[in-house]
Amino acid sequence: MKGLDRITNPFNDDKVISNCGLFGMMSTRGRKFSGRDVILAMANMHDRGNGLGGGFAAYGIYPEYEDCYALHVMYESMAGKEQTEAFIRTAFDLVHDEEMPHRDPASSRVGGAYTAGTAPILWRYFVRVPENVLKDMIREDARKDIKNIEEDVADDYVVKQVMTIDTQIADAYVFSSGKNMGVFKGVGYPEDIGNFFCLEEYSGYLWTAHGRFPTNTQAWWGGAHPFSLLDWSVVHNGEISSYGTNRAFLEMHGYYCCMHTDTEVIAYAVDLLARRHRLPMDIVAKVLAPPLWTAIDRMPGPERRLHTALRLTYPALLMNGPFTIIIARQGEMIGLRDRIQLRPLVAGIKDDMLYLSSEEAPIRVVCPELDETWTVKGGEPIIGRLGGRVITGSESRAAAS
Amino acid sequence: MKSYLLPQFAVYRDDDKCIRCKVCVRQCSFGVHAYDDEDDEIRSNESACVGCQRCATLCPTGALVIRQHPHEFRPNANWSEEMLLDVKRKAETGAVTITGMGNDKPHRVYWDHLLLNASQVTNPSIDPLREPMELRTFLGRKPDGLVFKDGRLITDMPPQVMIETPIIFSAMSYGAISYQAQLAFMQAAQELGTLCNTGEGGWPMDFRRFGRNVIVQCASGRFGVDPDYLNQAAIVEIKIGQGAKPGIGGHLPGEKVTAAVAATRMIPEGTDALSPAPQHDIYSIEDLSMLIYALKEATNYEKPISVKIAAVHNAAAIASGMVRAGADIIAVDGFRGGTGAAPRVIRDNVGIPTELALAAIDERLRREGIRNRASILVAGGFRNSADIIKAIALGADAVYIGTAALVAMGCTLCQQCNTGKCAWGITAQDPYIAKRLNPDIATRRLVNLVRAWTLEIKEMLGGMGINSIESLRGNRLHLRGIGLQEWELEVLGVKGAGQ
Amino acid sequence: MLDGEGPGPGARPGVAGVAPGAGCITLDALGRSYRELNRTLRALTARRGVSRISVTNVLGQRYIGTGLRGEIEVMLYGTPGNDLGAFMDGPVIYVYGNAQDGVGNTMNSGKIVVYGNAGDIAAMSMRGGKIFIRGNVGSRSAIHMKECGEKRPLLVVGGTAHDFFGEYMAGGTAILLGLNLGPGEYHKANFIGTGMHGGEIFIRGRVDPYQLGAAVKISQPAEDDMRLIADAVGEFAELFGYDVDEIMHENFLKLSPKSLRPFAGLYHAGSRDDSYNGDGAGECLGE
Repeated sequence: MKGLDRITNPFNDDKVISNCGLFGMMSTRGRKFSGRDVILAMANMHDRGNGLGGGFAAYGIYPEYEDCYALHVMYESMAGKEQTEAFIRTAFDLVHDEEMPHRDPASSRVGGAYTAGTAPILWRYFVRVPENVLKDMIREDARKDIKNIEEDVADDYVVKQVMTIDTQIADAYVFSSGKNMGVFKGVGYPEDIGNFFCLEEYSGYLWTAHGRFPTNTQAWWGGAHPFSLLDWSVVHNGEISSYGTNRAFLEMHGYYCCMHTDTEVIAYAVDLLARRHRLPMDIVAKVLAPPLWTAIDRMPGPERRLHTALRLTYPALLMNGPFTIIIARQGEMIGLRDRIQLRPLVAGIKDDMLYLSSEEAPIRVVCPELDETWTVKGGEPIIGRLGGRVITGSESRAAAS
Repeated sequence: MKSYLLPQFAVYRDDDKCIRCKVCVRQCSFGVHAYDDEDDEIRSNESACVGCQRCATLCPTGALVIRQHPHEFRPNANWSEEMLLDVKRKAETGAVTITGMGNDKPHRVYWDHLLLNASQVTNPSIDPLREPMELRTFLGRKPDGLVFKDGRLITDMPPQVMIETPIIFSAMSYGAISYQAQLAFMQAAQELGTLCNTGEGGWPMDFRRFGRNVIVQCASGRFGVDPDYLNQAAIVEIKIGQGAKPGIGGHLPGEKVTAAVAATRMIPEGTDALSPAPQHDIYSIEDLSMLIYALKEATNYEKPISVKIAAVHNAAAIASGMVRAGADIIAVDGFRGGTGAAPRVIRDNVGIPTELALAAIDERLRREGIRNRASILVAGGFRNSADIIKAIALGADAVYIGTAALVAMGCTLCQQCNTGKCAWGITAQDPYIAKRLNPDIATRRLVNLVRAWTLEIKEMLGGMGINSIESLRGNRLHLRGIGLQEWELEVLGVKGAGQ
Repeated sequence: MLDGEGPGPGARPGVAGVAPGAGCITLDALGRSYRELNRTLRALTARRGVSRISVTNVLGQRYIGTGLRGEIEVMLYGTPGNDLGAFMDGPVIYVYGNAQDGVGNTMNSGKIVVYGNAGDIAAMSMRGGKIFIRGNVGSRSAIHMKECGEKRPLLVVGGTAHDFFGEYMAGGTAILLGLNLGPGEYHKANFIGTGMHGGEIFIRGRVDPYQLGAAVKISQPAEDDMRLIADAVGEFAELFGYDVDEIMHENFLKLSPKSLRPFAGLYHAGSRDDSYNGDGAGECLGE
């Protein structure tokens, strides 16, 4: 077991506390646009971070490999790269690999104060799960009755391999592992990271971004947000005071929290609830940020039973403390504030575009004239879905009843 | 409801010595002593006695002895008398028990397990009575380095505040303490060339002339905070937490909010002055940064901004974030820090010792290469000059003293600050009681205390062969631990004695 | 530093007494950091003969008007950043757009007029002056507002508010008009006035008792309350071009603290007291 936590958490804190600014934008019609605007929006929120981490998740960027898992990997040594590539060749069918395009780290001002002007080796691999592995896994899988079993066991397999690279191979860390999406992140201000990765040259229909303000100087590229697993990505602002409880529960379900960040916990919780337990996203939001008991007590019978059942079944996944998160996956972007609105979240809509942001000004940078903009209420998810729909809190309440 | 609480103190009056002068009757603000005309006798209601020793101290003939009450419950190591009384008290009131002063539990005092070094043979110790000995300290952010151009210095020095001794007076608000007590702090700070802290109860207009020696607080209540308040002080301190009650707010009961207190806090007379637990514009580290820079904007970047937190489990990581959020000074207050009023259960169970928090914070900031970007102030239980010098060796720039300063004025730690009845006039708002504290005498006592401690610090520094305080700051080689376990030595970053 | 002096952008309809012209300086905030912008504003405010400053292209710059003193009107076009007018003492700020979080934080005197919405904690700890928001406010607005002698702050919100409106309120007046609520629609906020121990909230439109904190009592506004409301609504209507009578036609509710000491019984000094009846943790416990 390699001690990732020793890289991300050298001082052995209970958890690495980190706050920040968030941004997300999505075309619910699936129109693609470059990363230029999201970089401009993050630059406007420069003051919310402190230059120790910035990152982006982009969806729909690899149409030519859309049926492959895209592995974005960072290496801190050639040995790490060689070892990982040997592992990838045995575990997957490798379709294509290449260095991630990037500009000169020094002139892009990445790396933070302590490793200024340097960057790790950044490589991407487009892979498939080998047919024979899939067959074996499906044969051994007890869950014969589920739809898309092939996709499901493939996903499980990928998660396992990613965890193996992250926890077993020195100097290697996987940024993202989803299909037709990718995470670009590192040490620096987000606008510099975006520029470094040439994100203006990518074309996606959904982008999320994060500017980090950690309470320690750990300048490690893997420690930046978004945090991603399969095609989930999470950016997060705040501090989860229930972290210990959440983590203990998730470890019981086979998620090893090797990063010691509360963001990681959110990503695993969402994977467990939405992918493995197949709960709809608006219900997932109610697990993470459930209504208060006083509100549940006022609900009509069926709704009250539903919310009571959620709180009794998943109490350890209630995310307590101040947080705003933007969760994304293929075809969906979800913004959520904690129950008592301790971290900010603003939403904006213009035609088919949904914007989510810690502040309104960055949205205005990208889109000066909005159809509507509002401060999001706590515990009420704002969900943008492909197919031209945005579901706001009251609608998701209706969906839940 | 009949109370089942037994008295905690017994009053022993030597009738032969008592001359019926009634000093005790007048002096007891808790109503213990009463004179019976018919019998020509002074009787005492022991239930009301808090053990403050005011009557015994002022009795002209020494006729009074106040002792812990000798009644005894059946001994029980688990259910001590304190535990029994606490349950009974709750059963009678249904309320949270409030108390004053710092944590009085017998936890390990780390100062007492640290030993200082002295010079022998290889370098000479210095005699501070004849040789120069510098204690001057500057509070504020220091640059990472200096830049010269054509032989001229072009680096702008961030704002600094100079103190002549590394001892400053802790935050105590007008309202929690009396007008006279706050005046004494202001006068003493001015005379000593050091600082005192207004706490978060505003800043009386009469005291604005002491601005150069004053730290003002901007806390969750925002009492009395306006542009003048911010700009007339030397330092603005954002109070996040207090050692005696980490994680909860403050609460000055309405009966202490007199007309003058109300005017200073800028609130209506007689209403509770509630300081919420959090500052409602700070729910995260980047919010802290926002308030720090709002204050810098409001003071034109001319003053160091301090941020005070209670010593808690993740203090080191939090402090590191505070520095990067723009704090020029970090103040950390340990669990023995005093309080005007705190729920006893919180005072006694929440937070960690200031010694360990200080060591962890200094270590973390150094390992991250940002120790120069903030001064560290430490508070919470300094009882003597040795505690102070050990704190400096652990990495503090200066220390806040609160309880010790109150003791200098007369306090006996009877823990009744929250009642408003302080018999020594320190935490009283009732003008009849408050005027017992003569501000000029109190000032003398404070100045004497700090002078004596300053001299002792110089003696100890000289003994180590050091003639300037910065050579001791963070110099843990001058400390050794005794009677400590491995993990404790590790947190403190010191070797064991003899190692 | 300056982009020229002279006519500013055309004044919007409904702005009383603001016409571009002499004494008005125009600044372009595009690409300017907040430090530079605010330094310029401070310098201009101190300059004689300058009575109005118009700032265009405001995009997220924080602290505009923070700690600012003096007789000056500032017109902001765009979206000002957080802590607009924090600690402010005197000036008048107009925002032609939405404002973000912390409008008028700990403000001492002056006026802020927002033609759109405001974010969270508007009027937090405000001690004096007036804030008019045409649209909605976020959560915890009017939190811990206070008052002091002559200083009685006023917050008027044309729309509705999120949770914890007026939490810990200790003074001043906050008015929620609900102009954007549909017929029969309730205000959005829960926990209104939690821990309130001073001041007053007036609500036009519907709230359910469950939406109120335990420290709050509901009543019908008295005559002098109605005069205060009419004055505030009058100023609001003039600023934003509403019909006063139409607004005043609806019923108002008055929310005020049950006690100046909502937590009085919650704490006990721990001494012996035979007269105590132990109903301390009474009705004012927070939710």
